[in-house]
Amino acid sequence: MTGVPMLAAMPPLLLSGLLDWVLDDVWGTALDVLAALTGVEMLGYPFMQRAYLAAVCLAVIAPLVGSFLVHREMAMIGDTLAHSAFAGVAVGLFVNATYALSVPPLLTALLVAAVAAVLVQLLVDRIGTYSDTSMAVVLTGSFAVGSVLVTATDGGIAVGINSYLFGSLATVTRRSLGVLLAMTLLVTVVVTVAYRPLLYATFDEVGARAAGLNVGRYNLLLVVLTAVVVVAAMQILGVILVAGMLVIPVATAGWMRGFRRAVVAAVAAGLVATVTGATLSYVYDVAAGGAIILVAIAVYAAVGTARTLRSTVTVLPTRTGGDRPVEADGGDGRD
Amino acid sequence: MAVVEADGVTFAYGDTPVVEDVSLAVEPGAFLGLVGPNGSGKTTLLELLVGLHRPDAGSVSLFGEPAHAFADGERVGYVAQDATHAGGRMPVTVREAVRMGRYPHRPFGRFSADDRRAVESALDRVGVRDLADRRVDRLSGGQQQRVAIARTLAAEADLLALDEPTVGVDAESREAFYELLAELNASGLTVILVEHDIGVVTTHATEIACLNRRLFFHGDPDTFVETDALADAYGGDQHVLAHDHP
Repeated sequence: MTGVPMLAAMPPLLLSGLLDWVLDDVWGTALDVLAALTGVEMLGYPFMQRAYLAAVCLAVIAPLVGSFLVHREMAMIGDTLAHSAFAGVAVGLFVNATYALSVPPLLTALLVAAVAAVLVQLLVDRIGTYSDTSMAVVLTGSFAVGSVLVTATDGGIAVGINSYLFGSLATVTRRSLGVLLAMTLLVTVVVTVAYRPLLYATFDEVGARAAGLNVGRYNLLLVVLTAVVVVAAMQILGVILVAGMLVIPVATAGWMRGFRRAVVAAVAAGLVATVTGATLSYVYDVAAGGAIILVAIAVYAAVGTARTLRSTVTVLPTRTGGDRPVEADGGDGRD
Repeated sequence: MAVVEADGVTFAYGDTPVVEDVSLAVEPGAFLGLVGPNGSGKTTLLELLVGLHRPDAGSVSLFGEPAHAFADGERVGYVAQDATHAGGRMPVTVREAVRMGRYPHRPFGRFSADDRRAVESALDRVGVRDLADRRVDRLSGGQQQRVAIARTLAAEADLLALDEPTVGVDAESREAFYELLAELNASGLTVILVEHDIGVVTTHATEIACLNRRLFFHGDPDTFVETDALADAYGGDQHVLAHDHP
């Protein structure tokens, strides 16, 4: 009968072994090699290797879920849930300080954000729209809970809360990176499996319902996924900047032809933002969250400008009697 | 067996009655035009027929099953009034939109040869094959309507339900669109069309239902124009409802 306890001990061992393997043997080795080849020393530092892996995870999951949110005009739900997650962190730190426990604040953040997600969805189902009012109620209410809890302990947990408020890449521990990797895997698998119903419900909600899709269930799935992404992103970006990563890369890729391509392009834009932002954050010793969002906005502006210039240039020959036929859409090359 | 059968259906939004005691059956292969004044409950009745609402009283059966619990979704193609606004500015291509018709058949996993064939033939059938790689939001209203129809064809739906599909579509495209509907109906598809333009309905539909909360007429177009149903429905017994197309 010794086999049973042994089996029970297997999963944690297996998981931490898997994390070691991914972090050290695969990712660490790859970046060590890259550091040796390029002569860029920071690629070889273990804390930067962790930071870059976290940046990659963030760049994958935020635009992935954001693609569905943006096109439902639900962009601000990310902001709302981030503030709920903040309240969740405060709850965790408060409980730990008061009852001398050691509940991971990320767990309470996830729980509170998920509850808030369900609450928002229930409000939406009642009111019938993602109204600004219900969002504002949940957002400010959450932040109020957080701020009250933080001050209720004589400021004892205020220091701990700061890293969640503003985020940080330098403090990404092996353990929190493991959680982030697991969340990334979960979000990616769920979105991949539910891609078609999510897309259909986003494109034509009524048509999807008439086609027998349980749209309510997928809406709920989407907000809960958002809660997971927000909690994952919060450690790095900070509460206030989380929404930016859900929205800006998606907006950057909004001109693409085809939804699937746009999602891939949004992830690519996200990668540029997080990896560049993480690098700038280290080199100039500035906040990672701010650097990442500023790079994301710069990429957005650059892509927008390039497209405006290109369409101006291609329109000119048509006006001066070029051989392009005049098309109903103005023949400006946009489609 | 009727495709859709409503029996004493009553429905209200809150305290506002929208549909009252409506009974009608739509047989396979019919082309039913649903007409009535603004706020007469046409849209709501159509939504009840395809199972988007559950009636407060009475029952609706869709292919012999209760409509609100009908699970065989691909048999129903629904094109909402604002189908031209579907997806807003989403970067969805025409082919992607039409492929959605296959999603109820195949929620995940690879598309089979049958799925792909259904999509391509739907694109051909409504004449949007050459637009397949264009974005839906960059098409004209008439082209977007054709894409919406193609999606229901790709689903191989047996019932096509349309709610004023040509709002905002130019006259020429409208005529072509109704000819397409008539063709599809001739090949066996059952069509229910909500339309405010009575001329269009009497030309193309094989039967007419005239509604103003209650059903004033259900029969063939020739009889419809001879009776007083139209005047009755549009006449004295009108109430101003809170919304036009809830």
